[in-house]
Amino acid sequence: MLLNVAGVHTYYGSIAALRGVDLTIEKGEIVTLIGANGAGKSTLLMTICGNPKARQGQVTFDGHELTGMPTFEIMRNGIAQAPEGRRIFPRMTVLENLQMGALNGDPENFDEDLRRVFDLFPRLRERQGQRGGTLSGGEQQMLAIGRALMSRPRLLLLDEPSLGLAPMIVKQIFEVIREINKQQGVTVFLVEQNAYHALRLADRGYVMVTGQITMSGSGRELLADPEVRAAYLEGGH
Amino acid sequence: MAVLAAEPGAAARGVDWRHVLKESALAAFIALMLTITMVGLRTLDSGGSLIIETRFPEVAVAVLLVFLGRFGLVLTREGMPLPVLIGGVVVAAAGLFLPLPATVLRVMTVAGGIILALRAGWVLWRHSAVTADREARDLAMDRVGASVQRVTRYVAPLAIAFAVALPFIPGLNDRSSIDIATLVLMYVMLGWGLNIIVGLAGLLDLGYVAFYAVGAYSYALLATTFGWSFWLCLPLAGVFAASAGLILGFPVLRLRGDYFAIVTLGFGEIIRVILLNWYDFTNGPDGISSIPRPSFFGLATFTRRPGEGDTAFHDLFGLDYSTVHRVIFLYYLILALALIVNFFSLRVRKLPIGRSWEALREDDIACQALGINRRNIKLAAFTFSAMFGGIAGSFFATRQGFISPESFTFIESAVILAIVVLGGLGSQAGVVLAALLLIGMPEVLRELEQYRMLAFGGAMVLIMLWRPRGLLAHRDPTVTLHGGGRGAKAGEAVAAAGAPAQ
Ligand SMILES: Nc1ncnc2c1ncn2[C@@H]1O[C@H](COP(=O)(O)OP(=O)(O)O)[C@@H](O)[C@H]1O
Ligand SMILES: [Mg+2]
Repeated sequence: MLLNVAGVHTYYGSIAALRGVDLTIEKGEIVTLIGANGAGKSTLLMTICGNPKARQGQVTFDGHELTGMPTFEIMRNGIAQAPEGRRIFPRMTVLENLQMGALNGDPENFDEDLRRVFDLFPRLRERQGQRGGTLSGGEQQMLAIGRALMSRPRLLLLDEPSLGLAPMIVKQIFEVIREINKQQGVTVFLVEQNAYHALRLADRGYVMVTGQITMSGSGRELLADPEVRAAYLEGGH
Repeated sequence: MAVLAAEPGAAARGVDWRHVLKESALAAFIALMLTITMVGLRTLDSGGSLIIETRFPEVAVAVLLVFLGRFGLVLTREGMPLPVLIGGVVVAAAGLFLPLPATVLRVMTVAGGIILALRAGWVLWRHSAVTADREARDLAMDRVGASVQRVTRYVAPLAIAFAVALPFIPGLNDRSSIDIATLVLMYVMLGWGLNIIVGLAGLLDLGYVAFYAVGAYSYALLATTFGWSFWLCLPLAGVFAASAGLILGFPVLRLRGDYFAIVTLGFGEIIRVILLNWYDFTNGPDGISSIPRPSFFGLATFTRRPGEGDTAFHDLFGLDYSTVHRVIFLYYLILALALIVNFFSLRVRKLPIGRSWEALREDDIACQALGINRRNIKLAAFTFSAMFGGIAGSFFATRQGFISPESFTFIESAVILAIVVLGGLGSQAGVVLAALLLIGMPEVLRELEQYRMLAFGGAMVLIMLWRPRGLLAHRDPTVTLHGGGRGAKAGEAVAAAGAPAQ
C-alpha cells in the first residue's frame, strides 16, 4: 500500500468538504477519482498534500504518516502534484519551469530527468526557451506534468489534466500518463471529470459525491455500472 | 427598424456631442466641488484673527482646465485626435503667454496642454484607438522591454563607466552635480533593494522606509554614543535592518496581497512613531545631529587639520585641501554600494532562492505544490531587502550628518516604490531610469521642486496609461539551452547559471 487515506474529514472554515474519505492506492497502479464539480476531489488531493489539513483521519504514504506534516515537507518526500488549472509559471520559460520542479531534487539527476521529460513531451523540447504563458493549453498541461515529474515522484497526483483541452490533446495526455505509469513505474492518482477516458485508463476507480466515496471498483466495472453511466457518462463521451 | 439599424454606423463616424459635453461638464462639476473649498478659500492669519481670502479666478481656471482636458480625452477616444493635438498645443502655449493669476495654474495649464497633446499624438502615431487590445499592448511592451534588455547589456558597462568618470568630467564635476548624482544613486540603491521584495518576490511592501530608518538610526546612535567607526557600523546597520525585517516578517508574511501591503504600511509608520516618541533613546523630533562623517577607509580623514594621530586625505595623496574630496568619496561609496545590490540581485535570480522568489510572484499555489517552503523564502526576500535598505540608511545618516524622524515618512516609501513600479517591476535598468526621472529631474529643475508631487502624479498617470507594467517591464530568462537542447547541454547551462549574464 503506497497511499492510504483513512476516515479523512476536511473543512473550509465550518463547512465540511470531505466527510470521512477512505481510499487506498497500491504501488504501480493508476487510480482515478471521478465526481461532479464541487464533489471535493481537489480538496482530497490538497489534503493529501497537507493544505488544508485533515481535521480527522489519517493519510499515510509508504508507511509514514503525512497528517500534520507541513506541505513543503510532504512534497519533498516522493509526492508531486500537477494542480488543477495547470498553474505553470507564465513568465518563466519552459526550461525554467522544469527547473522549478527539480528545485528540491538532487542536481546530479537533473540532466537525466530533463531528458526523460523531453522524451515524453517532445513539444516541450522544441519550446524550451518559450515563456510558459505563451504556450497552448495542451502544452501548458504537458509542462505542468513534466514539472511535477522533475522531482522524481513515486506518486503523481493529477488534478483534471484534461480540463479545457481538445479531445485530440486529451487523448495524447492520457497516453503519456499511461507511459509514465507503465514505463517509469510512477504510481498515478488521477482526478477527473472526464470519466470515460479516466476509467478506461485506470486500474481502479473511486466515485466521490459531496465529500464521500460512494463507489469503487476496477475501471472496467465502473464503466459498466449503470449508475456511473447515468451520472457521469450520460450523452456519450 | 431600418433607421435603428443604420444608427450604430453613423455613431461610429460622427461624434455624439451632447454626450461628450455632458461628460466634460460632469468632470468640470466634480473639479468645481473639489476646488471651491480647497483652492477657492484660504484662511489668513491677520493680526491674530483669521480672515478668509477668496481666490475664485484660480477656481475658474482650474475648472475650465479640467473641462477642456476631459473634452480632449473624450474626443481622442471618439476618434478625433488631430484637433485635440492642436488644441493641446494651443492650450499649452496660452498657458505660457497669457496672464494667469498664479504660477501653479500656469504650470498646470502648460503641463495639461502638453499631456493632452502627447496623448492625442500617441493615438495618431499608433493609428489605433486608445482602447487597443490590452494584451497586444502588453506584448508590444514586453518586446520593448526585451530590446531594452538587450541594449542594456552594452549600455550598462558604459553607464557604469560614465558614473565612475563623472567626478572628473568637466562641467559635471562641480559640487552640486555630484551631490545630485549621489542623491539619485541613493534612490537607485533603495529602488534596487526594494525591487528584491516587490519586483522579484512580488510582495507589495509599503513600509520600506522603516528599514531605511533602522539603518540610519543604528549608525547615528552607534557612532554618536560609542564613537564606533562608519566602516564597522555599515555592516552592523545592515544586520540591524535585516533583523528588523526578520522580526516584522514573521507575523506579516502569513498575510497576502492587500493585507500584507497594509500591514507593512503600518509598520513603516510604527517605526517612525517610535523614533518620534522614544525621546531618551532617539532624541525624538529633535533628531540626532553631528553624526560623524566617514573616514577614508580608516586611513585618513577628510578634514583640513586632522587631530592627533590622524592623517588627512589630502596629505595622504599629496593634494591641496578641498571640500569636494569628501563629496566625491561619498559619491563613489554610494555607487559601490548600489552596484553591490545590483550584482546581488542579478546573481540571486540564477540561484534556487532567487528563482523561488520569482516563482512565488508568479504563482503561490504552484510553489506550494512544488515543495517550496514559502514562508522561509518570503522571509529571505524580506530580510535581504531590509538589509540593503538599512545599509542605504546608514549612508544617508553619514552623508546628512543629521537625521530626524521627518526623513522617514510614508512619502519616502512611496517615492521608492514609485521608482520600482515606474521602472517596471523587476527591471534593474528601469529603476535607474525611473530614479533619474523622479529624483534627478526635480533636482535639476530646482524651481520645479514644489511641483515635484505634481510631476510625480503626472508621470504615474502617463505610465499607467501607456505602460501599465512599468517602463521596462520585461523578464529575461535566466537560463537557456544552446543548440538542440540535449540533456548534457542542459547540465552545462545549469552549471553556468551562476555566471552573470547581464
Ligand atoms: N478554498 C476554499 N474555501 C472554501 N470552500 C472551498 C474552497 N475550495 C473548495 N471549496 C468548497 O469545497 C467543496 C469541494 O470543492 P473541490 O474540492 O474544489 O471540488 P472538485 O475539485 O471536486 O470540483 C466545494 O463545495 C467548494 O465550494
Ligand atoms: Mg477540482
